[in-house]
Amino acid sequence: MGTETREVIELFIDGRSVRVAPGASVAAAVLNAGKACRASVGGERRAAVCGMGICFECRVEIDGVLHERSCMIEASEGMRVRTVDAG
Amino acid sequence: MSTKFDAIVIGLGIVGCSCAWALSRRGLRVLAVGDAPIGGGATAAGMGHVAIMDDSEAQFRLTARSAELWMALRDELPPEAAVDYCGTLWIAADEEELNAARSKHAFYQSRGVRTEVLDEKSIADAEPNLRSGLAGGLRIVDDSIVYPPVVCEWMLAEVTRRGGAVRFAHVANATRTRMTLAGGETIDAGVVVLAGGDASAKVCPWLPVRPRKGHLVITDRYPGFCRHELVELGYLKNAHSHATESVAFNLQPRPTGQMLLGSSRQYGVEHAEVEARMVAWVIERAKMYMPLIGSLRVVRAWTGFRAATPDSLPIIGGRDGVDEPVVATGHEGLGLTASLGTAELISAILTGAPTTLDAGAYAASRDFGGHGGH
Repeated sequence: MGTETREVIELFIDGRSVRVAPGASVAAAVLNAGKACRASVGGERRAAVCGMGICFECRVEIDGVLHERSCMIEASEGMRVRTVDAG
Repeated sequence: MSTKFDAIVIGLGIVGCSCAWALSRRGLRVLAVGDAPIGGGATAAGMGHVAIMDDSEAQFRLTARSAELWMALRDELPPEAAVDYCGTLWIAADEEELNAARSKHAFYQSRGVRTEVLDEKSIADAEPNLRSGLAGGLRIVDDSIVYPPVVCEWMLAEVTRRGGAVRFAHVANATRTRMTLAGGETIDAGVVVLAGGDASAKVCPWLPVRPRKGHLVITDRYPGFCRHELVELGYLKNAHSHATESVAFNLQPRPTGQMLLGSSRQYGVEHAEVEARMVAWVIERAKMYMPLIGSLRVVRAWTGFRAATPDSLPIIGGRDGVDEPVVATGHEGLGLTASLGTAELISAILTGAPTTLDAGAYAASRDFGGHGGH
C-alpha cells in the first residue's frame, strides 16, 4: 500500500468479513454489522452507548484480548473481533 | 414509637441482621436500627467468604458451627445471595507451608471437617492458572461464598414479617434496655444488642475493637480463571500479626466470572479512600501466585473497615452488673462466616435457646491483656 491512503479497512466480526472506512471505530463496525457487543450478567445483549470510553457497554474481544472497549479502538486491517453474537 | 419491642439490635451489617433474625425466629419482636443501608459497612465491602478457620479452638468452633448453619440455610436464601460451594484452597508455596497444611489437615480431620492435602501436581490440576513450582495446598471442601448484602435484606424482611421493624437512624448511645438516637429520641426494649462493627466503640467506649482497613479489587468477567477461593498460607501470618500493614494473596471466583482479589490489612488509617499503593501491592502479591492475573482488567477497587480485637476473637455477650448493651462485634475478617454462630449464641444468652457453643471464649468480660477498659 505504501503511502497510498487505504479506501476501506477489512476486519472480521465473529468470523464474517466487514468493510469500514479508515478511522472508523470497532464499535461502529460492530453496529454496522448489525451486532450487539456483549452480554450483561443477566444475559441481555448490550451495545455501545456513550461512544467515549465511559460506559463500558461496548466491550468485545479483539485479537484474543477480552473486554476491549470497542468505541476507543480504531478498526484495523485484518482485526478479529468477537461479540456476544458469535455462534 | 408506640410498638413495644422485645429487643433492639443496633447495626445493620451481617452480624446485626443475623442477631435480629435469630431473635425474631425465637418469637421476639425485634427492632433493627442503624445507619443506612442494610448490609453496608464491612458487610458490603467484604468478600463474602464462609471459611472454617483453625487458628484457635474457639475460632474453629464458632466458624465450624456457623458453616453448618450457613449450609442449613442455603436453600432458603434467594438466588441473588449467590451461594456457591466452591471450597477454599490454601496454597503452600514451599515445603514448610505444606507441612503446615498437613497439620491443618489433621486438625480438621479429627473434627469432622472435610479437607484434602494437594501435592504439587494436584494443585496445578486443580488451578491451572497458579504458577508452577508451588509445593501444594489444602482444600477445605465445604467452604463457600455468599453475597452478604442480599442475605441482610432477606433476614430483615423476615424480621419485619414476624412483627419486627427496621429503622434507619444514627444511634447516639444505649444502655441494656434503652437506646437513644442522635436526635434525642429514646426507645426502650427488653434488651439492646450492639452489633455495630468497628463503630461499636462509639456506643461502648471500653470495647477493644479497632478498625482494620482492607482493600479489594474486582476484575471484569473471566469465567474459569480460577475455581476455588484461593488463599496463600502466608495469609495466616499476615492476618494475625498485628503489623501496621500487610497484604496476602486471596482470590475469589464470583459466580459472574469476575475475579475478586484481596487482601490488605492496615491499622491506623481512618480515611476510606482507595490507596493506589495498596492496590498495587495486592496485585503484585497476586502475580507471585498467578502471573496471568496481571493481564486481567480491573473494573473497581474499594475499601472497608474490619472490627479487629486484640486476641482475634469476637466479643459476644454482656458484662454482668454493667448497664450497657449486650455486644456482638469484633469479628475482624470473619463477620460473614461467624455471623450465624454469633446470632445463635446471642439467642442462647438472651432466650435460653440451645447452642453447642461455649460463650466463655467470646465473653465480653474476658481478659483482653490490658486492652479492655475494665
